[in-house]
Amino acid sequence: MKNLLAIFRNGLWAENPIFKLIIGLCPTLAVTNTVENGLAMGLATSFVLISSEIVISIIKKWIPNDVRIPSFILVIVTFVTFTDYFLAAFFPQISDQLALFVPLIVVNCLILGRQEAFASKNPTHRAIFDAVGMGVGFTWVLVVLSLIRELLGMGTIFGVEVFGAAYPEMIVMILPSGAFLTLGVMVGVINVIDKKVGSDND
Amino acid sequence: MIEFEHLLLLFIATVLVNNFVLIRFLGICPFLGVSRHVDTAFSMGLATTFVMTMTAFIVYFVNTYILVALNLEFLRYMAFIIVIASLVQLVEMFIRYASPVLYKALGIYLPLITTNCAIMGMALMIPLEGYNFIESLVFGFGAGVGFTIAIVLIAGLREKLEFGDVPESLQGVPITLILAGIMALAFMGFAGMITV
Repeated sequence: MKNLLAIFRNGLWAENPIFKLIIGLCPTLAVTNTVENGLAMGLATSFVLISSEIVISIIKKWIPNDVRIPSFILVIVTFVTFTDYFLAAFFPQISDQLALFVPLIVVNCLILGRQEAFASKNPTHRAIFDAVGMGVGFTWVLVVLSLIRELLGMGTIFGVEVFGAAYPEMIVMILPSGAFLTLGVMVGVINVIDKKVGSDND
Repeated sequence: MIEFEHLLLLFIATVLVNNFVLIRFLGICPFLGVSRHVDTAFSMGLATTFVMTMTAFIVYFVNTYILVALNLEFLRYMAFIIVIASLVQLVEMFIRYASPVLYKALGIYLPLITTNCAIMGMALMIPLEGYNFIESLVFGFGAGVGFTIAIVLIAGLREKLEFGDVPESLQGVPITLILAGIMALAFMGFAGMITV
């Protein structure tokens, strides 16, 4: 059990997909202009990640080694199509906002990477913990990033005004360049924290 | 003549105004991963441009004559990813045969062109925007050129940065992201110039 928790915790910080493994950055940057979008994207990606890790860890012994990548992609694309149609049917507004980035979960290197690195080598219960850990790790970074951007860019959180109407909106934060700048600074800050924690442990 | 003008505008809009990397956020992984040296960045750009143009070409036919004609649109993502994956495999075999040095330099990022979201994104935009055959080709090629411009520019900046005094915690990815942010700011100057 301790072992499983360690796998789960791995994704939250030590091997966080975004700021440690530096994968899955396209949706991270593109849909974090509002908290709602960031959260929806995080959940959609986590769903696809968890479902495909479960399926692949179950069927892994029947997949020939040479065609494993295409097989993984076929499993992933099935769940992505499902997610896309689900969002379009029940949350049309979010589906419109995320637009292209829902189908693009297919090519999110985070998902394929975890199948290759973990699900294809581990039993199902371990794969579930890995997928949930990575999913939560991905989602929290997206939410924090979009929190900063929405707050500074429009003075709102979840569309609710925080700073009042007089707040001079920093439009640049919700534009593409603000995404790059915020994530760059965030990764820098995380490196500083890591170094501090590391030196305290010594 | 009007047709030509329209295509030229579409090309410029795709390369600069809606630059795939800096404005649309597609293809960030190779943009950060293979941008250490200008020459590898340029080769990566060329390989990606080639795959993109070919993808646009094939995707247009697959979409119009198979998916739409047979009412199989729900298989779109699956069909597109298969087209892209097979194309990348072809390009990989070709580069390994034609230039082993380049093959080594691109390393893991060559098969990863498959998961370059710029290509999948471009493919998905073709049916969404309703481009015809010629427009699709121009769009695919323009997307590749835009990607190449962005990745070569950032590689040039990073080469200079090697000699710079970057704070330790910002070295590598963070400073590259901040640079990209400033570049995106510059590219925003093109916003609204052309609406196609």
